[in-house]
Amino acid sequence: MKHVISILVCNHPGVLVRVASMFSRREFNIDSLAVGITESPDFSRITVVMQGDSYLVSQMIKQLEKLPDVRAVERLDPASSACRGMTMVKVKADDRDRLDVLKIAELFRAHVIDVEPTTLIFEITGSDDKVTAFMQLLAPYGVLEVIRTGLIGLSRGEDTLVKHSGERQYYGKNLL
Amino acid sequence: MRMNGAQAVLESLKNEGVDLVFGYPGGAVLTLYDAVYKLKFPHILARHEQGAVHAADGYARATGKVGVVFATSGPGGTNLVTGIATANMDSVPLVCITGQVANPYIGKDAFQEADICGITTPVTKHNYLVKDVKDLPRVLKEAFFIARTGRPGPVVIDVAKDVFDAEIDYHYPDEVSLKGYSGNFDGDEAEIDAAVEALSEAKHPLLFIGGGVTLSDTANEVRRIADITGFPSTCTLMGLGDMPASDPSFLGMVGMHGTYAANMAIMECDLLIGIGVRFDDRVTGVVTEFAPKAKIMQFEVDPVEVGKNVPVDYRVLGDLRWSLPRFAEKLQKSGVDYSAQTKGWRTYVMKMEDDHPLSYKEKPDCIMPQKLVETVSRLMDDDTIVVTDVGQHQMWAAQFYESRKPRQFLTSGGLGTMGYGLPAAIGAKLGQPDKKVVCFSGDGSIMMNCQEFATAADNDVDVKIIVVHNHTLGMVSQWQRLFYNEHYSQSELHGKTDLVKLAEAMGAKGCRIDDPAKLETELKEALEEKGPILIDVMVPEVEDVLPMVPGGKRLDQMVLEEE
Repeated sequence: MKHVISILVCNHPGVLVRVASMFSRREFNIDSLAVGITESPDFSRITVVMQGDSYLVSQMIKQLEKLPDVRAVERLDPASSACRGMTMVKVKADDRDRLDVLKIAELFRAHVIDVEPTTLIFEITGSDDKVTAFMQLLAPYGVLEVIRTGLIGLSRGEDTLVKHSGERQYYGKNLL
Repeated sequence: MRMNGAQAVLESLKNEGVDLVFGYPGGAVLTLYDAVYKLKFPHILARHEQGAVHAADGYARATGKVGVVFATSGPGGTNLVTGIATANMDSVPLVCITGQVANPYIGKDAFQEADICGITTPVTKHNYLVKDVKDLPRVLKEAFFIARTGRPGPVVIDVAKDVFDAEIDYHYPDEVSLKGYSGNFDGDEAEIDAAVEALSEAKHPLLFIGGGVTLSDTANEVRRIADITGFPSTCTLMGLGDMPASDPSFLGMVGMHGTYAANMAIMECDLLIGIGVRFDDRVTGVVTEFAPKAKIMQFEVDPVEVGKNVPVDYRVLGDLRWSLPRFAEKLQKSGVDYSAQTKGWRTYVMKMEDDHPLSYKEKPDCIMPQKLVETVSRLMDDDTIVVTDVGQHQMWAAQFYESRKPRQFLTSGGLGTMGYGLPAAIGAKLGQPDKKVVCFSGDGSIMMNCQEFATAADNDVDVKIIVVHNHTLGMVSQWQRLFYNEHYSQSELHGKTDLVKLAEAMGAKGCRIDDPAKLETELKEALEEKGPILIDVMVPEVEDVLPMVPGGKRLDQMVLEEE
């Protein structure tokens, strides 16, 4: 099963290495990883997509919480969170095909970000299924290059990662 | 106060109550060592950085204080790695201060540059690279705080060379403020209540004591719980000494080379009360068949360890210093007569212990290694610290030395580091100068850090190193004998090395014992010598550590000493 884990980390050099090396050392398999700034300059946020059963997820969360540079960790529940990743696709499209390709893109709300005489580059965000379907439709025209960012996500409503960490039950008062 | 970074380091150490540092100088720490010189800071010069870090580890284990190490950049730092990993696996608090090349050279493959933070990240609790002298006092404060609180562990501080020279207005912070680490390890009272409740239903309970009890200095609480309940107990290698070996309901060590009674009790108990244990693979045997009839209870400071290796039914998270006194108190007040409720079980396991004691067969004209350990155990007083290296002698020491008090059986349990013994013994003796220190080593292990005899001799550190000399890498050859058709590949040590002369060459004493008739008298004489001494005791080449649970077997599938 796929899990999206959101990690709030101190904005120190080397934090990403600590987190990533822990994953490889403990054999957690990562599908994607995205790092970026947050509302506070003191923190960065890492979003990880991992495969595994509930044992593996809870081990990973606890191992992350152990790192002194990690402020908070949360598994984003698909029902109560919004996740997005961006994909860029370079597809072959000359005068003959261009309109067809653009039509498909419109259906998927993909944006054109580059037009050359024989190619187009699209950006598309959304679920895996949507992106996969889009690429399948583009395949006959010739997909030259694809790049995807890792997933990023936020929980819905007023819940935030910092708030969540403050309310964490399972370790008595404390830890963070 | 105005001072340079090097002085700021030493000031901070003083503020943390550090009274001794182990280390080895070099280019990147010259300024630091200049401050050591000027301030006459107590420092022990090891003969190898690995010796220094193991000595600091032995010091920390024997005293409960944080061990401190200095080393230079590059090879100085990399030589620490084995010792840091050793401390990390056994949760020993260390602060290792390494020099790094000066700021402008970092990342340029400068002379003696190595990425020590990168290298040590997987084997430390935390680490720092200090590039600005302003950060130095705060980082030192945090490092000691992280090293000694919660589940202790090693912290590395890598300091750029120019930071030692830079000047600051020194002020040591009173408090730490870490965003991802609170240092508060109090748990949830309800978990203790659930644990107390569970005990009242247990018919076949077993206390299972681990290194966490030693580390948190809660052996007295555990003994109190054993007294209140009358439950039999067993321990891991790291928990030796937390219960006195002489306690009648203490069954000895559990695991691969555990006692028959301890292993069988694990297999048959209905409630296993783990205290400061992490269910290591040397303890569990085949993990899916570990304690098959039992509900498992775990008192543990580190949430990661709960449910990591075995599923846990009752957990009590939190520092044992927080949980155990409350637990004992509630047991006392519960009004349940635990002892009566489990009387039959206690009689049963104690009979198993009587019927299947640890044993060995004498061989004619040979000093049996087990007998050697027994003799030493008899000759030493209750306050003696025993240190071991790694291998057969380590297991014989664990089995046959009667550990009486906590922090008096020091061994590399998790990492199994050969070469740990001698330097750790030196550190232990320096930390506890009033206690006797005996180290069991092997003719394999001793060579891995034998240069430290020079450290012991030059500083007159009174350690007694007993080499259990069997002319082989004993544990390797035992496995080769049992599982590799007696192919003694690279495990025979019939060399020309004279260990007595080796010790003497470095200024220590040395003697050899090979006559079984004179074992006790000669051993006694040697142990009463003043100053460091290597006691080279000849034992038979072929002798197995038994009982033994072979890899992939259950704890009740032990190979036992043949009748």
